[in-house]
Amino acid sequence: MDFSEYSIETLRSRLSNGEARARFVVESSLDSAEKLNETLNAFLQIDRAGALARADEIDSSKNLRNAPLAGVPVAIKDNICVRGLQASCGSRILGPYHPPYSATAIERLQKAGAVIIGKTNCDEFAMGSSNENSAFGAVKNPWDTARVPGGSSGGSAAAVAAGIVPAALGSETGGSVRQPASLCGIVGFKPTYGRISRYGLVAFASSLDQIGIFGRKVSDIASVLGIVAGRDTHDATTADVPVPDYVGELAGDIKGARIGFPRELFGEGLDDEVRAAVLKTIEAYRELGAEIVEVELPHAKYCIAVYYIIATAEASSNLARYDGVRYGFRAEEAKDLKHMYRATRDEGFGAEVKRRIMLGTYVLSSGYYDAYYRKAQQVRTLIKHDFLRAFETCDAVLTPTTPTTAFLIGEKTDDPLAMYLNDIYTCTANLAGIPGINVPCALSSEGLPIGFQLLGAHWSEPTLFRLADAYERAHPFEARPRVHVASASE
Amino acid sequence: MKNGWETIIGLEIHAQLSTESKIFCGCSTRFGDEPNSNTCPVCLGLPGALPVLNRRAVELGARAALALGLHINERSVFARKNYFYPDLPKGYQISQYDQPFSERGELEIMTAERDEAGHARVWKPKVVQITRLHLEEDAGKNVHEGLPDVDRYSYVDLNRAGTPLAEIVTEPDFRSSWEAYDYVNHVRRALQWVGASEADMEKGNLRCEANVSVRKIGDTNFGTKVELKNLNSVRFMQHAIEYEIERQINALESGGRVVQETRLWDERAGETRIMRSKEEAHDYRYFPEPDLPPLVVTRDFIEGVRATMPELPEARRRRFMDQYALSYSDASQLTSERSLADYYERAAEAARNARAAANWIRTDLLRELEASGTPVEKCPIPPEEIGALIRLIEEGKISGKQGKDVLSEMFRTGKPAAKIVEEQGMVQVSDAGAIDPIIDEIISANPKQVEQFRAGKESLFGFFVGQVMKASQGKANPKVVNERLKEKLKV
Repeated sequence: MDFSEYSIETLRSRLSNGEARARFVVESSLDSAEKLNETLNAFLQIDRAGALARADEIDSSKNLRNAPLAGVPVAIKDNICVRGLQASCGSRILGPYHPPYSATAIERLQKAGAVIIGKTNCDEFAMGSSNENSAFGAVKNPWDTARVPGGSSGGSAAAVAAGIVPAALGSETGGSVRQPASLCGIVGFKPTYGRISRYGLVAFASSLDQIGIFGRKVSDIASVLGIVAGRDTHDATTADVPVPDYVGELAGDIKGARIGFPRELFGEGLDDEVRAAVLKTIEAYRELGAEIVEVELPHAKYCIAVYYIIATAEASSNLARYDGVRYGFRAEEAKDLKHMYRATRDEGFGAEVKRRIMLGTYVLSSGYYDAYYRKAQQVRTLIKHDFLRAFETCDAVLTPTTPTTAFLIGEKTDDPLAMYLNDIYTCTANLAGIPGINVPCALSSEGLPIGFQLLGAHWSEPTLFRLADAYERAHPFEARPRVHVASASE
Repeated sequence: MKNGWETIIGLEIHAQLSTESKIFCGCSTRFGDEPNSNTCPVCLGLPGALPVLNRRAVELGARAALALGLHINERSVFARKNYFYPDLPKGYQISQYDQPFSERGELEIMTAERDEAGHARVWKPKVVQITRLHLEEDAGKNVHEGLPDVDRYSYVDLNRAGTPLAEIVTEPDFRSSWEAYDYVNHVRRALQWVGASEADMEKGNLRCEANVSVRKIGDTNFGTKVELKNLNSVRFMQHAIEYEIERQINALESGGRVVQETRLWDERAGETRIMRSKEEAHDYRYFPEPDLPPLVVTRDFIEGVRATMPELPEARRRRFMDQYALSYSDASQLTSERSLADYYERAAEAARNARAAANWIRTDLLRELEASGTPVEKCPIPPEEIGALIRLIEEGKISGKQGKDVLSEMFRTGKPAAKIVEEQGMVQVSDAGAIDPIIDEIISANPKQVEQFRAGKESLFGFFVGQVMKASQGKANPKVVNERLKEKLKV
């Protein structure tokens, strides 16, 4: 039996009516992961023993079997702590680090019966848009293994796109879930800031970071979000906002819904094929009964500059703890403390991480703080206000997710600025703290997926899901990548 | 101090707030446990762990701020202070920077210059401007001694990491080392008094740093300041400041200059030594802590804390002077600790003689407490019994001298005064019929002195009183002895 096309809902009904056993589902997921990993390099650790033991536990316990995600295999980005598994964050500096505790989102997933099959590859400390910054090699795009899957959550995106798992967790700081989802032809979602606990998510830029969810279907995202969302006493930035029944709110038509169209985001720098495909989705919404309203986001053009100041500033501080003193990698034969710090961080961090630590250190330095960090925070507020104003006249803003389709491995590695521009449509949501979702909508002439994104007001996840789900049902994205469980088993 | 020079001192105090658990996690703040036993992912700075503010630390911070007359901000912001050190697990300290918990305090302290022997001359009030009191976490401790291979390794104990601190910063308001000394003592007592901190410098839960500079009297610009660290007691701090003033003046008078730097006090050598220069000073790259929302305290919260504050020491001293007619020095001593002031008030009420209660506590009781190293809270004599003892004396049941013995016995055994008096048959003899025979005996045993007295040497009267009291084993009522002696010695 091939589960790779099943939604979580279908999988759950097969499991609960006894047609399938958790062990069988999990084992086939593990088999695919091991087999496809040679091609994709999507997993840094596959936990066969742990996952099978958990699957058996589920099969043998009636209570567990009825849990909402019982027996559903999931993959977790390697910057989210799972007790018993590694957490390398794609970096050498964490060495063989195994966290002694699990992230809150992981505890909630596990309590709901989800089975973690492994930890996925990512850009080092989630810094990157192509997955080429992983210390453990780039992840390959299942649609074309010469191309990047996007980043930084490229491993999780590839695992879902290839049909290994129906859902995976990634993390977003500037688009690290939506961008790879777009490049891999799957659904990728970043929640409102404070919706999912960050406790146990290794910090990159704390005021922007959120755990995000990959799935093949909008409904899969809704199923997982319902489990992991909500206030956490371990994370003071989670909000005490009730968690609605996201799945239950999916159905229903969207007549009268207002889709915001920010014309200025469809101009220069956007690939023609992507533009055409995304404009077509606007027409599709009109056909579904939605009203299209023009909105203005005058400060959105500053988002990359603002993002790379705030994100690097916070990163320079968040990554200070990797100093070789308590855990992870420590450079050998240091002569004194300062030398130990320098050698450890020099050998342990990759080039992009060092670049960002230096940028961040610079913008926080005495004499530069006001010119960079403070100003960036002020512009961040303006960007947020742009969105709040836009949401007075529309229910969601529709934009491209990425300027281009998946690019070639190595194509942009020598040009960090070109690489940074990959986040141009996504990082506004992180700066504004609003939710966003990528929905695949077309294939390019080269056969590469194109996605569009919907951005909603804070806590508007139900609306966002309903809009995305309506499009998905009307225009199902049925193409499958070349590297896929189904084709591998043929 | 040398003529023509003025000293400018500002102080920073770090006081550990007396919470059970750390400021951003649930780990115990207990002192002296197995190294690294009171730790968790949060205070170890493990990847992915996040801080959550301890409300109790905020309450105690509020008590401290109110005790020092500070204005509490309804909204304050935590900030990261970034620097590398092995005892700092996250590579930054969570502190507060441009929006502190409380600021703008005006604190009246009593201060006095000291004579050569260190005795206070005249106590006078002084108003100190406190810039701010903010909340922050403590770092851990590096250990370089007493463990294997210390020649090659240093060790880190993170039990203390994350302990809540209140940092209290003053304006450069002190003009002498003694003013600084009196201020720190005032703050210590105030923090202990309101239960915000144990404020014990020996245990390290109160630490202070001084910024010292000198300038010619009449100059309006400040001189270059030097930061003094490693001031492990108030006394050491006073020594260090004194040394530093001298060092700076000598440097300037001999044509040199003062360099902005941080210096460490070495009490044994009696000198300060350079720790780091201005060039080596850190750029802490403060920025708002994104893991913690702004700290918002409501007016109701602040008023709630204020409502549970005890009467503050200065107010209580003034009340003791008014209500009980005590001298400044009596009232000051009795309000040096809150427990002592409470003890005194209960004793005074029971004695129905506030001044007598003050005298007995200040002299006899405090001597017993000090000699045995007993804190007031553990005093074996309940304050009501001090009152009972005073009443026994005032009612003439026992003499004052007997009273001293009774007090010692009460302290030793914890028995009530009346019981000791009864057990030891210590009833005062006021009956002339019982005293006269003793007087007669003394007169006949000392004919020479009697002769001299009658010849006009009146100073001998005290000798006779003493002899009679001694012969009565202290039981005779001195008043009656006096009257009868005068009568009998008259010829």
